[in-house]
Amino acid sequence: MPLLRSTSNMSKVSRCFVSLGKQCRLNSTTTSPPADGHLPSVASSELLRTKRDSSLRTPGVIWADKDATAPPRIALGGRETRKMNTYQAIRDAMSIALSKDENAVVFGEDVAFGGVFRCTMGLAEEFGRERVFNTPLTEQGIAGFGIGLALMGHTAIAEIQFADYIFPAFDQIVNEAAKIRYRSGGSYNAGGLTIRTPTMSVGHGGLYHSQSPEGFFMGASGLKIVIPRSPVQAKGLLLGSIRDPNPVIFMEPKILYRSAVEQVPIDDFELPLGKAEVLVPGSDLTLLTWGTPVYHCETALHLLATPPPELDSIIPSSLRLSKIELIDLRTILPWDVETVIESVNRTGRLVIVHEAGMTAGAGAEISAEIQKRCFLKLNAPVRRVTGWDVPVALQYEKFHIPDAIRVLDAVMETLTY
Amino acid sequence: MASLARLRHIKRLAIPRAAFQVRSVQTTADTTQLHNKPDDVHTGAPMTVRLHEDSFKGYNCEIPDLEVQITKDELLEMYKQMQTVRRMEMAADALYKAKLVRGFCHLAIGQEAVSVGLEHGITKTDRVITAYRCHPFAIMRGGTIRGVIAELLGRQDGMSHGKGGSMHIFTPTFFGGNGIVGAQVPIGAGVSFAQKYLGEKTCTFALYGDGASNQGQVFEAFNMAKLWNLPTVFVCENNKYGMGTSAARSSSNTDYYTRGDKIPGLQVNGMDIIAAKRAVEYARKWAVDDEKGPLLLEFVTYRYGGHSMSDPGTTYRTREEVQRMRSTQDPIRGLQKYIEEWGVATEQELKALDKEAKAEVDQAVEEAKQSPEPQSVDLWSDIYYKGTEPPRMRGREREEVG
Repeated sequence: MPLLRSTSNMSKVSRCFVSLGKQCRLNSTTTSPPADGHLPSVASSELLRTKRDSSLRTPGVIWADKDATAPPRIALGGRETRKMNTYQAIRDAMSIALSKDENAVVFGEDVAFGGVFRCTMGLAEEFGRERVFNTPLTEQGIAGFGIGLALMGHTAIAEIQFADYIFPAFDQIVNEAAKIRYRSGGSYNAGGLTIRTPTMSVGHGGLYHSQSPEGFFMGASGLKIVIPRSPVQAKGLLLGSIRDPNPVIFMEPKILYRSAVEQVPIDDFELPLGKAEVLVPGSDLTLLTWGTPVYHCETALHLLATPPPELDSIIPSSLRLSKIELIDLRTILPWDVETVIESVNRTGRLVIVHEAGMTAGAGAEISAEIQKRCFLKLNAPVRRVTGWDVPVALQYEKFHIPDAIRVLDAVMETLTY
Repeated sequence: MASLARLRHIKRLAIPRAAFQVRSVQTTADTTQLHNKPDDVHTGAPMTVRLHEDSFKGYNCEIPDLEVQITKDELLEMYKQMQTVRRMEMAADALYKAKLVRGFCHLAIGQEAVSVGLEHGITKTDRVITAYRCHPFAIMRGGTIRGVIAELLGRQDGMSHGKGGSMHIFTPTFFGGNGIVGAQVPIGAGVSFAQKYLGEKTCTFALYGDGASNQGQVFEAFNMAKLWNLPTVFVCENNKYGMGTSAARSSSNTDYYTRGDKIPGLQVNGMDIIAAKRAVEYARKWAVDDEKGPLLLEFVTYRYGGHSMSDPGTTYRTREEVQRMRSTQDPIRGLQKYIEEWGVATEQELKALDKEAKAEVDQAVEEAKQSPEPQSVDLWSDIYYKGTEPPRMRGREREEVG
């Protein structure tokens, strides 16, 4: 009766979770958590490319400064990297876009001063206030204005200060940006538009500062949605998004702005849109996620393989050797169906993790497609680990957001189904 | 190749600073003159004071009478209330810096004459709605300091049970802080439609900042309110900066009181509480008694702190500017000066009120800190009307989790 066993496992995991939570609370009375929130697994993540060599060998890198006809360069000599956190890498990408494309402009609320998350720090000084400028507080206006710029062939890099504020711009994005190519029979397009916006939780953002709205845009064909997990990814994917001939919403997990640090190539490079990346290969279960939860998933895999004493008794030794394949989806629309299918056909199990609520979240679409395409290969139902179907309330944020324990629980249940 | 870079020489973004200042009303906090004082103010008989002639500017309307009748008790009450809400905001500031308040927190220190002045010009059944910087309004509209602080702390005794935080505080006549600036303004128009429909002799004050004034929804609300002659008083709290962008850099027309098109407007010295009260009374009479439809009030005021707790507030304005406003135009010091100069109360009596305000806030903070964290059941409460919840809500029960 594997189901029964796993249920009893769960209650034990839950209890442990409670006791771990109590420990946290005790700690928090003596040492306060950092203002930017807690995500202890990021600093020590093995997924981050902290060495020059591994950074330069990031899979899928397309060096944008290379002559396309030249033979591929195996040796990476001559290329340099610099230590950057995510906001610095994003700033670096915009700096490259602005210097290489004289029609590129950056605008949004307070961006001339660097923006609330410092992603545009110094860009106004470097490129002039005519190209990097503050807008009024007008999200719908920012989106519409960016579409107009893009219709004229400009490269519009707009910032919506928080992804939660994107809803006033929803009409412009869904009805105008996404459809203009189609409804003008290809005469016009908003391909030059990229909307950057900080997304996901920060630990204490609450109702209007911690939402993950990517799922709301899933039905808007014509748009692309990209969510990077790290500085290298952010730079490459942002440059890829800015140059992609379609409007792109580029959502930046705000808790990773400072906490994720990598060696980032200083040259101009892109990472491909619409391609997932297999971070950890495996054969027993596919764990699919994007953005901040990538690191919770990594932690969950560590907990499974080498449980701490608190969890030791409830993780069967048979599960500890499981080979879990961890995939970062990176582009949410259009998502990389092939990579996920290929993986699930090998593993027979899929767990999807995202911060947005479960009902009609991006995981629902992925899950439906995979159940159709991999039906006969599945050994367990596709499982989703997500935020609950409630607003992201201030004081419950840590309970709301899927963490390593919840991911671990879902992985164990799916493995033992 | 119509690059925007080519516009560099035009310098169209440069706004002549002087022109902006010329257009503004007085923002001094202490220029109201005593006109006529009864022999003994302590009997409760009102005194007559005269506001500075530049306290108001009208747009398609007459300015209010500059002569104001006011009693000793009201002056002292205003003083105590302004001190209390400032103390509360300072306590929130300290709690945030001690990392006990998490989340986003926007303080209204410097803008007390607007929140307290508003309450002194309206009735208890008028309605108020705003966005950020809502704590003082919540207090004036029947909220408790303990409830506000507990909400910031995310505790059960918070006015939204710890679910909301800084910009989510409500009372029966205060429709809250709101997280999307500008979104509250059409809501205010809707509230006032209901007041009119029900034949209530009340109106709604829909507040927004100079920053939010550029949101499209604000103009949509203007149009509906004028079209249907609603008792909506649109109130622009112009504290000169929308987040980190000065009014002149965000708004093509910084005379916010003139932005209602056919809606008349009144610009008001928002640092002198007596002028604020007078303007609110005028607006209320306009919308309710005279049934003249909407009116647009602009309070010219100033916030001392940054936009939020993570903004030092000195990257887009000089420290000298903030210091000058604090030392020369502070609304509380202005009122204090009136009270002392007009012989309403002595410095010692005011100090006693300061002490009371501080003690009241300190006690409320202590009580709020004692309040427990929310119960887990509250995570799912108040999403749907009680008893009509969907049979399954993911996250409540074990079998609903997967």
